[in-house]
Formats: sequence, C-alpha cells, structure tokens
Amino acid sequence: MIVLENTPSLVLVLAVGVLCGAGVYLLLERPLTRVLLGIILLSNGANLMLLVAGGRAGASPIVGNAPPTVRMSDPLAQAMILTAIVITLALSAFILAMAYRSWQLHGHDEVADDVEDRRVARQAAVNEPAFVDTDAAETGETLDEEAAGLYDEVLERAERERVERERGDGDEPEPGEGPR
Amino acid sequence: MLPVLLLTFALALAAPALVARLGRQAFWVLSIGPAAAAAYALASTGRVQAGDFPVSSTPWVPGLDLSIDLRLDTLSWLMLVVVGGVGALVLVYCSAYFSRDAEGTGRFAAVLTAFAGAMIGVVTADDLLLLFIFWELTTVFSYLLIGHYADRKASRRAAMQAIVITTAGGLAMLVGLIVLGVAADTWRISEVVANPPTGAPAVVAIVCLLAGAATKAALIPFHFWLPAAMAAPTPVSAYLHAAAMVKAGVYLVARFAPAFADAAVWRWLVLLLGGGTLLLGGYRALRQHDLKLILAFGTVSQLGLIVLLVGMESRALALAGLAMLGAHAMFKGALFLVAGAVDVAAGTRDMRKLSGLWRSMPVAATAAALATASMIGLPPFAGFVAKEAALEGLWHDATHGGGGYMAAALVAVVAGSGLTVAYSLRFLWGAFATKRAADGAAHEPTPVHRRSWMLILPPLTLGLLGLLAGLAPAMGERLLGPYADEYPAGEPGHLVLWAGLTPALGLSALVLAGGAVLFWQRQRVERLQDRLWSPRAADLVYRRTMRRLDDVAADVTGATQRGSLPVYLGIILVVLALAPGAVIASGLLLGTTVEPAAVAWDQPAQAAVVVVVVIAAILATRARRRLKAVVMVGVAGYANAGLFLLHGAPDLALTQVLTETVTLVVLVLVLRRMPSYFSDRPLPASRWVRLALAVVTGAVMMALTFTAPLARVADPISVDFPDEAVEYGGGNNIVNVTLVDIRSWDTVGEISVILVAATGVASMVFLRQRSGEMLRLSQVDGDASDEQTRDVWIAAGRTLDPERRSVMFEVVTRLIFHAMVLVGLFLLFSGHNYPGGGFAAGLMVGIALTVRYLAGGRYELGEALPLQPGLLLGTGLFLSAGVGLVALLTGNEVLESVIIDLHVPVLGTVHMVTSLFFDIGVMLVVIGLVLDLLRTLGAEIDRQSDTPSRPAARTEVAS
Repeated sequence: MIVLENTPSLVLVLAVGVLCGAGVYLLLERPLTRVLLGIILLSNGANLMLLVAGGRAGASPIVGNAPPTVRMSDPLAQAMILTAIVITLALSAFILAMAYRSWQLHGHDEVADDVEDRRVARQAAVNEPAFVDTDAAETGETLDEEAAGLYDEVLERAERERVERERGDGDEPEPGEGPR
Repeated sequence: MLPVLLLTFALALAAPALVARLGRQAFWVLSIGPAAAAAYALASTGRVQAGDFPVSSTPWVPGLDLSIDLRLDTLSWLMLVVVGGVGALVLVYCSAYFSRDAEGTGRFAAVLTAFAGAMIGVVTADDLLLLFIFWELTTVFSYLLIGHYADRKASRRAAMQAIVITTAGGLAMLVGLIVLGVAADTWRISEVVANPPTGAPAVVAIVCLLAGAATKAALIPFHFWLPAAMAAPTPVSAYLHAAAMVKAGVYLVARFAPAFADAAVWRWLVLLLGGGTLLLGGYRALRQHDLKLILAFGTVSQLGLIVLLVGMESRALALAGLAMLGAHAMFKGALFLVAGAVDVAAGTRDMRKLSGLWRSMPVAATAAALATASMIGLPPFAGFVAKEAALEGLWHDATHGGGGYMAAALVAVVAGSGLTVAYSLRFLWGAFATKRAADGAAHEPTPVHRRSWMLILPPLTLGLLGLLAGLAPAMGERLLGPYADEYPAGEPGHLVLWAGLTPALGLSALVLAGGAVLFWQRQRVERLQDRLWSPRAADLVYRRTMRRLDDVAADVTGATQRGSLPVYLGIILVVLALAPGAVIASGLLLGTTVEPAAVAWDQPAQAAVVVVVVIAAILATRARRRLKAVVMVGVAGYANAGLFLLHGAPDLALTQVLTETVTLVVLVLVLRRMPSYFSDRPLPASRWVRLALAVVTGAVMMALTFTAPLARVADPISVDFPDEAVEYGGGNNIVNVTLVDIRSWDTVGEISVILVAATGVASMVFLRQRSGEMLRLSQVDGDASDEQTRDVWIAAGRTLDPERRSVMFEVVTRLIFHAMVLVGLFLLFSGHNYPGGGFAAGLMVGIALTVRYLAGGRYELGEALPLQPGLLLGTGLFLSAGVGLVALLTGNEVLESVIIDLHVPVLGTVHMVTSLFFDIGVMLVVIGLVLDLLRTLGAEIDRQSDTPSRPAARTEVAS
C-alpha cells in the first residue's frame, strides 16, 4: 500500500546538499574529467532528491514482498531514477569520449574559451562589424539600378559572350538618347 | 480545386526530373498545372455566376482546427483565371526563353511551378491560416526566383531585400488574421467577411492586414523591393511581379474590403497607400532607361491604382478595380514578355541602345502596341473600359457628397493615369522606335540575334485578349458585378465602351492628352526630374535600419555569448540559486502553508552511509590525482546505492551498483592514457567564486529537498500502481512494470538517448566510421589450429604482452564469465516479479564482457561477442518500440501488454507477458552501449596507443 508519508529525513537532505555542492564545484572547473566527475556527483544528488521527494522509506515496491499493512516506498520516483541512472552512464561515456578526443588533439582536456565568441565580443565592444558581408556593403547604386545591369542566360554560351562584349558591361552610355 | 492544387505541386516536384529528360520542352508539361486551374475556373463559371460557389473542405490538423477549406467565389474566380492563365502562358514562354545550356533550369522550373501552386492556394483558400500559409509560400518561392542567379551579388541582394520586407509584412498580416479569427470566432474567411468584428479588434486587424497587403503589392513605403526584384529572370517578372504575386496584396484588400471598407482607418490608409503609390510609381517610371524598370515602376503605380479602386467602399469603383485587375494582368504580363523577347533578340534592354526594332520584330511590336493601348486606356481596349468606369465612379462620388476624400482620389487617379500614358508611350517608343540623333539622322538598327515564335505568341495572346475583353464589356460586368455588389455602399457600376459624352470621357481625353504632352517633352521632363528631388528615401531608410539591426545583433551576441563554459554554467546556477532560492527564502521568512517537519533519519544506518557519501564527495573535489578523484566519485556512487537499498528501492540499488562499476572501468580505461595529475590552474580567486557558488547551490538544493516532499498534498499518482501492475502488467515488481508497461514510452525515449550517446562515443573515437573492424583471433594467426586455442583459458591471451597478462585473472574469468551471463539472463526473466529487469540484465552481461576484455584484450572481446554494437542497439530499439506496434494488430493500444499463459510439458505453466520482449530490447540496447564503450574507449584506444613492437599491432600493420 502506498500512502504519502512525506516527512523528509535530514541525513538524506544533507547528502543531497553535499553531493550537489561538490558536483557544482567540480562542474565549474576547466578540465573535462573534473567536469565529468562533477556531473556524476550532481546526478547522484539529483537522484537522491527525487527519492526524498517521493516520500519516506518503506518496503520495496514488490507486490507480495511485504504484508499489505506495511507502507510501500513510491515506485514512480524509483522508475524515474532508474532511467536517470542509466542515462547518466551514457552521458558520462560521451563526455569521457570528448575528453579523450580533446586530449588527443590538444594534449590536454581543458575546456578553452571559444575564440570566435571572444572575437565577436571584442569587435562589438569597439563597434566594428564582426564579419564583412559583401552583399550588404554599400555600392552607391540602388538595387533597382543594379538589377538593370543583370541579363538572363538566354543565349548559347558563345553567342552570350559576344553579346556581353558588345554590351560593354560597365561602360555608361552617352547621356543623350539612342545607341552609340 | 484540391486536385488542381495537388497536381500543380506534384508537377513542381517532378520538374527537375522532367527538365533533365526533356530539356526546356518540359515547361510545356509543367504548364498543365496552371492551365488546369484556369480551365477549372472557366468550367465553373456557370456555378460561380449562379452564386453556387464550389467549396471543398479537407481536414488537415483537427487539433488546431485547421482544415484545407477552398472556395471559389467571384473574386477567387477572377484571380484563378488570371493566375492560371498567365501562369500557363509564362511557362510556355519559358520553354523558348532560356538557352539550352542555361544553368539551374530544373530548379527554376520547379520553383516557378510551385509558386503557381502556392498562388492558386492563396486565391482559393477560405481559411485565414491556410491563406497565410500559401501567402508565405509565395514569399519563399519569390525569394528563390529573384535570387535565381545566386552567383550574382545584385540578385542575392534584391532577393534578400524582397524576402525581408514581404516576410515582415506577412507576419504583421498573421497578427491581423489571428485577431480577426479570434474576434469573429471563426477561421472561415467567408464567414468573417459576412460578419466582421467591430471596435478595437477591427482596427488592429485592418492595420495589420493592410501592412501585409502593402508589402506584398509594393505600396509605399515598401514599394522599392519591386523594382529591385527585376533582378529575377524576365518570365518571373512577368508572372510574379505583374500578374500574380503582387496581385495577392490586391486580392487581400479586395477580399476584406466588403467587410471593412466603411471603417475610417481603412478608408484613409487605402487612399494614402493607393494614391501615393500611384503617383510615386508613375513619376519614377518616367526617368528609367531599362525596359524592365519602366514596367516595374509602372507596375508599382498601377498596383496603387487598383488598391485604391478595390479598397474604396463604392460598388462602382470596386467593379472598375476588378476590371482593372484583369486588364492589368493581361497588358502588363504581355509587356514584360515583350521586354524579354526584345532582350533575347537584341541582347540588351537599355532603350538608349535599341533602335529600329519595329522593322525587325513587327509582330512583337504589334503585341506591345496592343498591350500599351490597353494600358493607356485607349478605346476599345479593356484598360479603357476599366479606366472609364473608375473615372465615372469617382466623378459621380466626388460630385455627390463624396467630399474632399473623393476629390483627392479623383485628382490622384487622373494625374496618375496621365503619368501612365507618358511612361507607356516611353516604353513602346524606347523598345521599338527608330531613334534619331540631335541632327535628325537615324541610328543604325540594332542587330537581332535570336527570335522565336514562342516568345511572341504568349504576349500577342495576352494583347489580343485585352482587345477582346474590351469589346465585350457587358460580359465583364456580368462576371464581376456580383462581387462588387457585396461592397457596402454606392450605386452598382457599369462597364461600357460608349456611355455618351460624359465628364468621364472628358477626363479620359484630358489624361491622354496630358500624357502625350509629357511624352513629347520627355527630355525636358527628364532634366526637370534630375534637378528636382529624387524620392529614394525609403530605400535608404531600409538599408540604414538593416545595418543598425546588424550592429545591435552583434552587440547582443557579444554581450551574452562570452564563449566560456564556466560562465554559462555559472549563469544557469545563479538563476537556480536566485529563483527557487528566493521563493523558498521568502516562504521561510513570511510563512507558507507548508508545515515544517523532519526526522533525523528513517533508519540509523542511513546516517553511517551519508557520512561516507559526504567524505567521498569532499575528497573528490580536493583530489589532484585523476585516479583518486575517480575512485572517490565511485565510492560516493556505491554509497548512494546503499541509500537506495535502505530506502526500499532494491532495483535502484542493483542498477546503481552495476552502472557505477561500468563507469569506473570505463573511466580508468580512458584515464590510463591521460596524465595522472590534473593541470593546476593558479587562479585562487576563481576558486573562491566556485566555492561560494557550490555552497549556495548546495544550500538551495537542500532547501528544495526539504520542502519538496512537504509541499505534496495530493495522493501520489502511484497509489494505483500496485493493482495495475498485477492486473494489466502481469508482474509484481512495480518499478519494472512501470518501466516496461505503465510508462513504457518514457523508456523508449530513454533507450533512444542511450543509442545516440553510444553512437556519439563511437563517432568521436573511430572518427571515420560507425565502428571499427571486427577483431577476431583468426586475423592474428590465421594458421593456428582450433586445438591450439581450445586448451587455454583465455584464447586471445597470447595476443597480449606477457607482462600485461595475469594467469589468475584469466582462470577466474574463464570460471565466472558464463555464470555472470546466466545471472544476467536470470535478472531479465525474473525482473518482472523480483528486482532486476532489462537494464540490470544488460549491465550484468556488459560487465561479464568487460571482464573478458580486461583479461584477454581486444581480440578476446571480439571472440566473446563477435557482433557490431550498432546491430545490438538497433535490434534492441526495434524490439522495444517495434514490438509495441504489434499490440496494434491485436486491437490494443501501442505498447499495451498481453498476458499469455503457456502450458509447456515438463516445465508446467509458463506465465509470459509480451512486455518481456520490450525488456529484452532494453537489455540489448544496454549491452550494445557497454560493448560500444569497450570497443571504443577500450579496444580502439589500445590500438591507437600500441607501439608497432607488439605482436598484435605488427600483424595489423602487415594485414
């Protein structure tokens, strides 16, 4: 029988606090291995917290294992924690592989600052563009004037090249009307 | 309607293949789609006339109340004829326009056809949101078409400008549509228009809708994208920027005018947008030398005129506007196509370089003349009929109490029409006339490169249609009148060729004469325009705004994206500490409904275990040796398992112990390659910050842990789990039944995560492929006989360096491996009723494999389980999720369990639940994960670190 018996036990609360605190301390480090250990400790703390939130200790949630009068611990919280444990394993392995790869490439497993992000911030601080977009640059012409200089691919290649020569791209015609 | 829509989109999808096979002749096939739409509309003319509008409704997303509602009323009929007819002609024109070796024709064909489909959708949609979806599709396709020559900067810039402006307007329109739908409590356009909302929602909706229409139809102050969009290929200009897409804006105005045209905000906005655009476009068109740009500014001007006419509340003007809409599609489509034909023939569109083409291209010149006659309003063309009706209606309203409003509209239309006459003549003269120099000598005729009937026939068709429609004005009135009659005010208008000597006829004459003078004095006009102000402000403001936006984006990025992981994590943690922490602190200070209560422990043993946890966790933070830190974290993990056990969670304890073991092994496997000490960073200041953050976070978590159970007041959802587990799940272990049955979708999601993580690990270590090659003993010594391998404890042991071998370990491994696998299987099968289950079973088997690997090296791992981990992962996920689908076949829900009792001789009754297969899948996924870890972080790292002196590596190099 599951009855909500919700008084928390202080030792477990303490364990959650210490695990999370230690986890955070490691998480904010630079070496990925320490970050990973921090995540493992944090996960343990979070799992324990879920357990406490599920209610007080009780008989194991297996029907027929204890007399019906004995209170059972909450199986739902346990099912959630169980999946969380295995996910933590998969996640740890992934971070570990990253740490290994980082060591392989750079000779250490420290998380460096993103160089590109830093550059963008520096440029923004001095009000310079972070990148040059030639499409957005001013040309002195309006876009419709530019559009007037565009021609479709309507002629076969050889003929097109001849016409383009005739058209004399870039040359402004005489101010007066009529062809030259 | 729906089949026509689907046909067009299907053709669009098939277009690249068709073009690849048929070349540019494929455009003929593609024109079937729009042609079918026009044919459908023409075939439905009788029903539309009778007021029996064809409708079709297909549910699409019932949860969102979204259905594909299509309706063909008079306005939609007109638009569908225009969109379908001009679309088909333009596609036919394309079949001769592009050269055979032009690049990207397949893509172009697909996008243009898809655009036609989207346009068909816009004009027939009867659902506000569906209208928006098609509307945005036209925006996207238009972007792709304007930017067709993506290698040209001007194309890209024009396309970007067009999509930014029209999307912004589209979003505004979406707001308006939603306000309308909510205020009117229906998403049917026909119902909204029949019973429009009033008051504040109506004003908001009107402003938003007109913003959408103004961006789409290139009205001021958003007009400048349309001339720039002339960077698109000419057939696109003819279709999108004259006949179809810009008309969507007009369509929107016409669609909602019967509902809102009498609202003050609508009236004045329409006058301002329509009248202003009409004059500005005409003024700018007079200054252009590029044939397409003359037409583009002319289109801007004409769109202003049509919006002005269909947006006013008067029935007569609405009829004139609809007639003008149809006439404009014909003459402007024709003129763009002629401009394209001239471009093809002469190799330029610059009227200063063209001369004498009327002689070499007489038919094209005829088509252009027909269209121009309609555009300037020469009798008996369609343009004349429409303009007469407009002038008549405006004159009538202005002189019958229309006040300054109508007078202003009349002046704008007369002046704008005069400008239209001037630039139309300028176009015709510029394209075809023989130019003369100042001394009166004729210029050389421009040489003609290529002509094709297919480039002349479509514009000629449109030009002749403009003449025919003008000759039968009564038919136009009968066809379009019903929609104009839905407008709220005014006398019904008439379309006639000869109405006698009316004031409107006088105005028409004035317009023609004024326009002719402007054209005659074109050089003076140009010089005057050069000296006067040239209205480019909108263009500049737009570009300045975009640059400012870029600046702000860079500033925001620089301010928020610092690129430092500790900073990001720190921010997250500070928020965690501040937000829930503040709530809890205020609760403690101000008092809450939660009654504080606590016990020291549930069982005294917990205290002892917690001491271990605390010590291990603190030591882990202080350790400078990697191995020590890892071991301390492991100790904390094992102690956690003890806490689980004491809490009454044997499943958790079992799983925690097993995962902790795997984690520890894998960590050590990797750490052996890394330096033994952490690099020390001499930053004591940051250490204090970290410590403070850690303490605060720990305290907040403690407070949360303390309050979370106390804050619970309702019965837990798991109250019914025991009964459900036995009755439906067929098992006594509630946690396991929860995983494989009650909440099995969660578990499917979770094992998917495992699969992704395992794949990620493999890809980071193997780099180039999903898995390395399968290592088998036979690769090391191909000649070794079976007997030789059979009488040793661990077959692959001899591939290892002698100093890395341990006979004891090999013997023990040999003894316990099979037992461990058996225990794993036991956990799997008993898991439904006792502690265990797929996760524990998979981990157990995984540990057995780990032991084999540790004892015998990477070849032993290959011998122990010669399978690729991907196979296990995939099979596992398929078993778990796939078998769940089987339940559908038996008429149950997905993943629902079926309990089967089998009577097997000897064994007796076997109680079996189908969720066992689910659990087997889970087990396979977990085994796959562990195997992946061993093969990557174990075996592959071995291989990468082995020096060639070792026997195993030597063989690999040799093979």
